[in-house]
Amino acid sequence: MTDFVAPGQPGSKVTYLQRYDHWINGKYEAPDSGQYFENVTPVTGKVFCDVARGNAKDIDKALDAAHAAAPAWGKTSATARAIILNKIADRMEANVEAIAVAETWENGKPIREALYVDIPLAIDHFRYFAAAIRAQEGSAGELDQDMVAYHFHEPLGVVGQIIPWNFPILMAVWKLAPALAAGNCVVLKPAEQTPVSIMFLMDIIKDLLPDGVVNIVNGFGVEAGKPLASSSRIAKIAFTGETTTGRLIMQYASENIIPVTLELGGKSPNIFFADVAAENDAFYDKALEGFTMFAVNQGEVCTCPSRGLIDTKIYDKFLVDVTARTNAIKQGHPLDLTTMMGAQASNDQLEKILSYFDIGKKEGAKVITGAERADLGGELSGGYYVMPTIFEGKNNMRIFQEEIFGPVVSVTKFDGFDNAMEIANDTLYGLGAGVWTRDMNTAYRAGREIKAGRVWTNCFHAYPAGAAFGGYKASGIGRENHKMMLDHYQQTKNLLVSYSPNKLGFF
Amino acid sequence: MSLPSRVDYTPEAAELLLKLTKINGPLMFHQSGGCCDGSSPMCYLKGEFRVGGSDVLIGEFIITDIAEPIQIWMSATQFEYWKHTHLTIDVVTGRGGGFSLESPEGKRFLIRSRLFTDQEWALLENSPVTTGA
Repeated sequence: MTDFVAPGQPGSKVTYLQRYDHWINGKYEAPDSGQYFENVTPVTGKVFCDVARGNAKDIDKALDAAHAAAPAWGKTSATARAIILNKIADRMEANVEAIAVAETWENGKPIREALYVDIPLAIDHFRYFAAAIRAQEGSAGELDQDMVAYHFHEPLGVVGQIIPWNFPILMAVWKLAPALAAGNCVVLKPAEQTPVSIMFLMDIIKDLLPDGVVNIVNGFGVEAGKPLASSSRIAKIAFTGETTTGRLIMQYASENIIPVTLELGGKSPNIFFADVAAENDAFYDKALEGFTMFAVNQGEVCTCPSRGLIDTKIYDKFLVDVTARTNAIKQGHPLDLTTMMGAQASNDQLEKILSYFDIGKKEGAKVITGAERADLGGELSGGYYVMPTIFEGKNNMRIFQEEIFGPVVSVTKFDGFDNAMEIANDTLYGLGAGVWTRDMNTAYRAGREIKAGRVWTNCFHAYPAGAAFGGYKASGIGRENHKMMLDHYQQTKNLLVSYSPNKLGFF
Repeated sequence: MSLPSRVDYTPEAAELLLKLTKINGPLMFHQSGGCCDGSSPMCYLKGEFRVGGSDVLIGEFIITDIAEPIQIWMSATQFEYWKHTHLTIDVVTGRGGGFSLESPEGKRFLIRSRLFTDQEWALLENSPVTTGA
């Protein structure tokens, strides 16, 4: 018996619909094609509901609804929108356990992460943007005695958002909250691996939003995502995913001359300077945990600290200690509160991770621990589990350069500060990084030297609203998680006003 | 002596490519990197993905019963980190992957890799690659 009862079983906090239609204009809409696809839980590998298979006609219908709602929604006061966002947050808080179970069941993550991290962060995100939009002001620039430049924020109108499968609710909320706060209407396409978590949430909050303000169309990327991203009827597209699709989305956006925000992943270095091991104290213990953060969400995080860079002076001892910490990770049923690592989100994700175990070994990386599929027995045998894995190797190996998106860290040693920075920056990506040291000067210099949008300093994997998150280099364009995100969802309107009664005298 | 290929396909991949060609028309691949569905070969209608000077052509599949060769592209920067490995495009059961054409089939293209042999690498190391410029 697990701590939380699996959906569909007597006593569960979650009862899914048998079949999920699209959510368009404030109601469920059957897909134009009449077709549905099966939704599998990675916990057991079994189908648990069917989901509408959307196409271009469904996207058009959702865009119709969004465009019909946009003029009125865009003219609501910031106060009115903030009240709605706060109500959504309150409603989510009242249902946090059900939402967490629903997300765990669909994504495979351990319930402790969904319950104590993902959903509380999503709730807080709505509150943060409710506050941010209330506090946002335009400006009045007195250019000279008779001329004033007024700047107003206006919503873009109707925006498209394409959501990844690793945090099906939190990643949707990261995009929804600023878009709604800024007064936009949204057509949102969830990942086809996790199409229902956001539908489950929508069902809980659906009475709080005016019809057509949020529209959700499910389906496959090529059939539903592409018509959304390439539509001439969106004013902006936001995407979290990988580089090739990111480029394709920019290509479509260029055809329509609309802005994009992209978050495309990383290969984050987690750097441990020698002084972390100066004492065997609470801070050293924290650093060992910081290393082991590669196992958070089974490594399916864009900022997974997947490259461990360890000072050569402490390398052997530190590696022994973090290996012990890694081996203490408890894998088990994702609905048990003591489970630290659950299932990979899908079969193809599992296969991809196994393919990286293979190339890692072929390239001569040494397996310190793991590097195999895990069979957890019973009903979990059909699920997608792998062992937390530490490889030792060199930074030019493919397991150091590619985002495996699994619980896999590749470690190497560095000799001195400059060498650490050289290895840290030898990557195509620049989303996250970690720096661990007791010396504030080292921490500051490293943080500024690393070409990444977020440098966690003596911490990792914290995502509080108010700390800007986004990539350098191939990791993307734009920031999330901060009030500056409002800019990504607003136009600037300038009224340039002359208060002079007199002509210029030109004509 | 002809150059060794950098990328091959499994019989299962060929079968799926034939099916996708019949449904969609001529195809291409662009190898992805990064988050989520990254590191996966994305299969598109030929010409759908605009390649340029920042991409390299790593191979071309000529497959029985498929009229047009299927080109396989990769970002030049990514190629720098991948070029010492031989790639094979395989198929697994799965779903999703950006706008790649195979997902409605319940399949997912997957890259399998091996190191080039010394003999292969001697031939490939200094051989020029074609870009999309």
